[in-house]
Amino acid sequence: MADYKWPPMDKRRVMGKRIARLDGPMKSSGRAKYPSDMNRSDLLFGALLTSPHAHAKVTGIDLAAAKAIKGVTAIRVISGPGTEIQWAGTEVAAVSAVTEEIARDAVKAIKVTYEVLPHLVKEDNLAKVGARAKAAGEQVTGDPDKAFAEAEAKTAGDYGIPVITHCCLEPHGSVVAWGKDKIDFWPSTQAVSTVGGDLAKMLELPATQVHVDCQYMGGGFGAKFPADRWGAEAARLSKESGGRPVKMFLDRATELTIAGVRPSHFAKIKVAGKKDGTITGWQSESWATGGIGGGGMAPLPYVFTNIPNRRMNHTQVSLNTGPARAWRAPNHPQASFLTCAAITDFADAIKMDPYEVFFKNAAVSARPETYRKQLAKAAELIDWKKKYTHGAQKTGTLRRGLGIGIATWGGAGHASKCKITIHPDGTVEVELGSQDIGTATRTCITQVAAETLGLPMSGVKVKLGDNSYPPSGPSGGSTTIGGVSSSTRKAAVNALEKLFEKVAPSLGVTPDQLEADDSRVVVKGNPAKAMSWKQACQKMGPTPISEMGENEPRTAAREGLNTQGASGIQMAEVEVDIETGVVRIIEVVAVQDCGLVVNPKTAESQVAGAMIMSVCSALMEERITDQTTGRVLNADMEFYKLAGLPDVGKLTVHMDITPEHDARGIIGLGEPCAIGGIAAIANAAANALGVRVPMVPLTPERVLAALANRRNA
Amino acid sequence: MENFEYANPTTVKEALSLLTAGAEVLAGGTDLLSLMKDDVHKPKRLVNIKNIKALGGIAKTGGNIRIGATVTLDELASNQLIRAAYPSLVQAALGVTSPQIRNMGTVGGDLCQRPRCWYFRSGNGLLNKSLVENGENKYHAIFGSGSAHFVSASSLGPALVALGATVKIAGADGKTKDVPAGQFFKAPAAEGEREIVLASNEIVTEILVPAPPTKNATYEVRHKQALDWPLATASVALRMAGTKVTSASITLGHVGPAPVRATEAEKMLVGQTITADSAEKAGAAAVAGAQPLSQNAYKVQLAKVAVKRALLTAAGVKAV
Repeated sequence: MADYKWPPMDKRRVMGKRIARLDGPMKSSGRAKYPSDMNRSDLLFGALLTSPHAHAKVTGIDLAAAKAIKGVTAIRVISGPGTEIQWAGTEVAAVSAVTEEIARDAVKAIKVTYEVLPHLVKEDNLAKVGARAKAAGEQVTGDPDKAFAEAEAKTAGDYGIPVITHCCLEPHGSVVAWGKDKIDFWPSTQAVSTVGGDLAKMLELPATQVHVDCQYMGGGFGAKFPADRWGAEAARLSKESGGRPVKMFLDRATELTIAGVRPSHFAKIKVAGKKDGTITGWQSESWATGGIGGGGMAPLPYVFTNIPNRRMNHTQVSLNTGPARAWRAPNHPQASFLTCAAITDFADAIKMDPYEVFFKNAAVSARPETYRKQLAKAAELIDWKKKYTHGAQKTGTLRRGLGIGIATWGGAGHASKCKITIHPDGTVEVELGSQDIGTATRTCITQVAAETLGLPMSGVKVKLGDNSYPPSGPSGGSTTIGGVSSSTRKAAVNALEKLFEKVAPSLGVTPDQLEADDSRVVVKGNPAKAMSWKQACQKMGPTPISEMGENEPRTAAREGLNTQGASGIQMAEVEVDIETGVVRIIEVVAVQDCGLVVNPKTAESQVAGAMIMSVCSALMEERITDQTTGRVLNADMEFYKLAGLPDVGKLTVHMDITPEHDARGIIGLGEPCAIGGIAAIANAAANALGVRVPMVPLTPERVLAALANRRNA
Repeated sequence: MENFEYANPTTVKEALSLLTAGAEVLAGGTDLLSLMKDDVHKPKRLVNIKNIKALGGIAKTGGNIRIGATVTLDELASNQLIRAAYPSLVQAALGVTSPQIRNMGTVGGDLCQRPRCWYFRSGNGLLNKSLVENGENKYHAIFGSGSAHFVSASSLGPALVALGATVKIAGADGKTKDVPAGQFFKAPAAEGEREIVLASNEIVTEILVPAPPTKNATYEVRHKQALDWPLATASVALRMAGTKVTSASITLGHVGPAPVRATEAEKMLVGQTITADSAEKAGAAAVAGAQPLSQNAYKVQLAKVAVKRALLTAAGVKAV
């Protein structure tokens, strides 16, 4: 059997190198065409009519006026009379027209009547949610009552993190053309190989009839797996308009209202322990919502999973708000914030440096030594030992503080197939039904193929984004890099074997004596005996070599190309203006392992992006709903606040690249780096202020309220 | 957005003649277009005034500085006459931390822009007292007036009020009138009324800023460092004799439906030296009459701090 294992770290020529993103110039110059950029001359424009009510029954729809508008090509009712609507923004009808303006005018001309029903859109106060709360049951380990009764120190705190949205730069949507024999589907998607089947199922058609093409997409973060109701409606509108392509993308307000949210999480947490910092007990009562179906349940206590005595109660709250979707590391950022905040408050109460408490209690995590090394590295990078003082010792108007956040994630490679074709002229094509969701997947696959085939980056052409290529899993759960790198490696090794069979006789050796290096096929141990890659490829005759490689998750760990289990530490330094409550980021440091790192440069970029998302979530990002109207009030880019450049501060990324981590194989990165930042920033603010701000984002009103509470205490 | 007619006059007279019922003035469009997209405004005609040369330019006229209505925020903030004497205006303009908006947005547009109240912007009207009082009011007024809980969105307004500026308005009858900046803004008494005195058939043509007082400054408290609406601002203008204040003008922004003049604080400062202590006391006096809503008591503190820091900045004392 072929030897697929990665070349040794010191022998890699292309993998592990800081190679700039191949499509960077395309993207930054606007030449990269995203699905929402499509602008064919025969294009029709779709628009949605959505419900203004959070909970209502549709009692009637009158389409007459809309149908009479010139330029309207089709109108479809999505939520007909009798439909019970459970959140504002629910799709009620869809229109296609020859211009976007006409489509929007037609939407306005549709008359819908509703029977308005009572709604609930807020969950921050559990006492007010009534029958919308559903207990998820109690989990008990050890003897928490005894642990708390005998503890040398105990703390109790309230913490909360609100619902946020994905706020994708390119909103959800697609262009769809219902042709005679097939449907052409250009979605903005994280799931090139599966979204076509999803659309076919919604349309009750064979999966073979949907062709998916998505070369670039503008952010998904977990919210862009399905074809979605608006995708299916765009297809039906196309059919009813004679097969002309229909472009249907959500507008910003709808994007922020119905295209997915990250569940909130609130908790009352008690921690018991010894005065030396050892944590012995944990009790949490938590609640969360992710919309009508309830909410996510954060894994508590996070990372410190083996605290010996624990009692956890969780309640799901059902709200009349847009539903949750996976959001970069589902449930983990919330769990990290809640846990790290409670542990930091415990450290503060016993007057210990939280660094020491995290370090000590790493003992009750799954990877004590890794976390300790990472804590030490992050502390060194942010100069923790020199800078840290207890919150009670801070003075002045501008106060600085330090905080820690911790992360864990799986990240094993998903199922992926790759086809590599070596043409007789020496050119190489790599095809995968995968996608580059902004993580530099294209670049990394090129590196793996080039490394394996002994070619430069320019010697390999990678093709993604089309479901006629061999299938790869959706990009979710940080599974892509492990999956596609492994399948590409195997396909390349397999193709090379075939090439060596053709070349070996000419060099008078057996195929197993050959290797590919520096654009040549070389006899191992005898570099003088070689031929150029081009000459070698001419030996194959007129038929190209085409071989498959597959990553199969069940056997991947055994093969050692990819595995799971990423750890990360983030530390933050912030400055708080105690008169205005404004929190400013000074620096965030991330120390992150992800096994073998294919491209340190793009990996660092991915971590930096996650850190910026954490700054947003820690300082400003929050969906604000109005209980009276049942609507999202900040479904715009004005009051749904995201960081601008001056808000971000200094970002320091340290990829934890070591021979030990490298030997584990490739592990996904997208999620683990998006977990610890919020906790680090919130803890840094608590340190600066000498008091916990219970809820993020750390808005001026929350910071000032926390300071006022401390004065009154 | 509804369909509309687009008019492109080159003189004020022509523009005024085009401002018939349902017509609106278009300058930078940074606010009006979003209002139209959200169907909050549905003008039948847009009268573009950017091609009217007479409405541009910044120049000295007698003792005043004349700022044309279509001068952009960027032109204002980079103009040497303004930079030399009115740091208050420069700081207010640079508080709009988007180069794109500063390049498009105009001085007249800044004064005439509509409030950002999210109930208003989602089609629930400007005076929807009960929605605001029972709802999400953390960005609303702490100096409300009757049913008006929204805050004036103008960045330059408070500074112009503090500087004693005059807004020149041209009306349909061809006559012009001078309105003190402090009287340009108002709390509407009924739904449908504007929050400025400008009638729908009038145009702001220029702003006249009198000779500068000895010291002036604006301090803005913003949640984000990047583009964000202020949570509270204060603009101050001080006349000094040596280190003593002979007269003070203090105006708060983003805390009421119009810029709020802090007359008690102004009186207190006369005869005083600006110190951390006197500035702090002036800040406290400036917010003494605040009546916060359920979620915005923090803005009282922010307004107080803004006054203190604006005074210290004006006096050249380190504010933080």
